[in-house]
Amino acid sequence: MIALSDYLILGAILFGLSVAGIFLNRKNVIILLMAIELMLLSVNMNFIAFSYFLGNTAGQVFVFFILTVAAAEAAIGLAILVVLFRNRQTINVQDLDTLKG
Amino acid sequence: MDFQRLVFYVLAAILVFAAARVITVRNPVHAALHLVLAFFTCAGLWLLLEAEFLAITLVLVYVGAVMVLFLFVVMMLDINTSPLREGFIRYLPVGLSVAALILIEMYLVVRARNFGVEVMAIPQRHAEGYSNVRELGAVLYTDYVYPFEIAAVILLVAIIAAIALTMRKRPETKYQNPAQQIAVRSRDRVRIVEMKAEKKQ
Repeated sequence: MIALSDYLILGAILFGLSVAGIFLNRKNVIILLMAIELMLLSVNMNFIAFSYFLGNTAGQVFVFFILTVAAAEAAIGLAILVVLFRNRQTINVQDLDTLKG
Repeated sequence: MDFQRLVFYVLAAILVFAAARVITVRNPVHAALHLVLAFFTCAGLWLLLEAEFLAITLVLVYVGAVMVLFLFVVMMLDINTSPLREGFIRYLPVGLSVAALILIEMYLVVRARNFGVEVMAIPQRHAEGYSNVRELGAVLYTDYVYPFEIAAVILLVAIIAAIALTMRKRPETKYQNPAQQIAVRSRDRVRIVEMKAEKKQ
């Protein structure tokens, strides 16, 4: 049978891959957003695994809210991306230095 | 190895493969499609964990809405990917080492000694007729009704923000003014001209 640690290790692998993705694709905003989605997915997997093994539905309710917030975040992030591309003709993170941060 | 374990390992292998492709593939469209594959396999894993409602929600909300949005945006923007790829090789060692570090740290916490079968027993499968949706709805509309309302407001804010950000007013666009249309009176539209009837010659 599948132990809780199997699910948690799978979640950890997914999280590590998405962190690596943020490092590798640090110029491309779209891939960065996708890596963030992947990160949220791994967190959700941990929540659901714990919810199943502890017999508590609170974890699933939490995942429900995370999905809601992640959908809102993706919608607003992509809208910002579209406006950015319309104004600057680029989505390269290196060129987005107007704030001089 | 029982069947359930086999399903878990196959799905986990596909999930890790899809995630690796998302971060390494050159074309953003391919990355989005691999992310769809990752979401699908993750939904399968959630079904193994008896979270049926969330598995279906993941497919509906993520694959059906969010990833379609991603694909729309990727295809709408005319992106030259070659300058976006530079630095990929340069950041490969540091990225992989940070990821490996995170992985090792997490493994030390969640390994089988801490969360194995001996520590966390595998729960009994639910009986036939058990409804995960009913269970989730029972707590969602009672204990969590206030966060639920806030989630609805967050979605509304997201809708309005996305529309407000991307809408642009072009000067040449023709549009109607409803207030003016309602306030219109017949004498503004029709001009009655009094004139004498003309006699036939």
